Amino acid sequence: MTSLRQSFAIQRRVIGALLMRELITRYGRHNIGVLWLVLEPLAFTVGVATLWSLAGMANRSPMPIVAFAVTGYSSVLLWRNTVSKCNAAIEQNFNLLYHRNVRVMDVFATRILLEIGGATASFMVLTLALLLAEWVEPPQDALKVIAGWLLLAWFGAALATFIGAAASFSEIVDRVWHPISYLMFPLAGAAFMVDWLPPAGQEVVLWLPMVHGVEMVRDGFYGHLMRTHYDVGYLVTANLVLSFLGLLLLRLAGRRAKSH
Amino acid sequence: MRRYIGLEGVCKDYSTRHGSRRVLDKVSFELDRGGHLGILGRNGAGKSTLIRLLSGAEYPSSGCIRRHMSVSWPLAFTGAFQTHLTGIDNLKFVCRVYGVDWKPLLPFVEDFTELGIYLREPVMTYSTGMMMRLAFALSMAIEFDCFLIDEGMAVGDTRFGDRCHVELFEKRRDRSFILVSHDPHIIRSYCNRVAVLHMGRLYQFETIDAAYEFYGSHEVPAPAVRFD
Repeated sequence: MTSLRQSFAIQRRVIGALLMRELITRYGRHNIGVLWLVLEPLAFTVGVATLWSLAGMANRSPMPIVAFAVTGYSSVLLWRNTVSKCNAAIEQNFNLLYHRNVRVMDVFATRILLEIGGATASFMVLTLALLLAEWVEPPQDALKVIAGWLLLAWFGAALATFIGAAASFSEIVDRVWHPISYLMFPLAGAAFMVDWLPPAGQEVVLWLPMVHGVEMVRDGFYGHLMRTHYDVGYLVTANLVLSFLGLLLLRLAGRRAKSH
Repeated sequence: MRRYIGLEGVCKDYSTRHGSRRVLDKVSFELDRGGHLGILGRNGAGKSTLIRLLSGAEYPSSGCIRRHMSVSWPLAFTGAFQTHLTGIDNLKFVCRVYGVDWKPLLPFVEDFTELGIYLREPVMTYSTGMMMRLAFALSMAIEFDCFLIDEGMAVGDTRFGDRCHVELFEKRRDRSFILVSHDPHIIRSYCNRVAVLHMGRLYQFETIDAAYEFYGSHEVPAPAVRFD
């Protein structure tokens, strides 16, 4: 029998071991894989900014288009990549469960931490580079940006736990998730500001917890130029409920995991 | 405190296209530290399922497993290797998971595996035999109270087999073993207790000979399709 404190120490050690294993595997020793972490969102940001300038929108709206593009895409990574990495996590890592100390929870935590870490690193590097190039203004409220980002990261972790655990029950979950994640991409704030929508539309998109997170991050960046719409209480509540359901489902999933 | 592993009424069901199938049916036994239990079973008797439950990779559908001593992963199991990583990376990983310093273990692993420079090459470049040697060395590098052994010990050349024998059955004689196999000879030479797994049920016997007699006279029929 192990006490709670011992269990906590073991779990920290195991997650550390899994993180090292994944990091070396992914970014290797002779590989520039880690660069893609920044290049991919950079390509998107440049693409969106270019399209908007060509369309002449940049002159008509007071909104800083580059800041809009970078916050939009980076925040999508927080929930899209975490979920896609967790969907096959149990199946792909089943053999690790032969090590008594490794539980499905550790496998999930590792993947989620890596994705959130990667998205955060790319967001930071990209923002820094754009600041230096003077393509974006410094955020007018950096603390708000960080708080919004952390709440979004929490949402991504909870969603990944919930959907990843559900995916181990039926492969339909993963199949359905793909079209949904594509549809969500523009809906979840990458393509618009809530303020642009008619009131009825605003009400609909504000059901999506991630919209609140993106709006909050944008409020931190350029809230003095544009109106943003979000409710921190709603996002926190959604996160709590989703985390609870996700952990419950993951516990069930761990108990019925089997070799293939 | 008494160190043992105990199973109580352990059942395992898997769903098949013909409904739920019970692979293990109310399996119970206890094994103290130092006990050497052999479990005989024919193909499909549920041996590998039992090993998965004992190691903790899968959970019983009902019943419970009490581990009051440390239980190994299945001996020489190669499935948990990350094949893009080198042999040493895999050693480091296993050591981190079990909270052991890897550096003092390196000489033993180098000596035992005889992999030379390949220890620093990705595991995917290894032959089956090399992989077995690494897996066995990792199993021996971490100290456990109870080792799980799923047949397969006969893999590798004779010299390697002999060295495994010395490491496991001589140097670690004071530990427990749970050895599952369809081969009575292996079990007779290593175990002091024998049970037979037959159609998901575990039969325990007073004497080893009684177990063999039972094993010799019971065939496993092909899993029947149930129409109900």
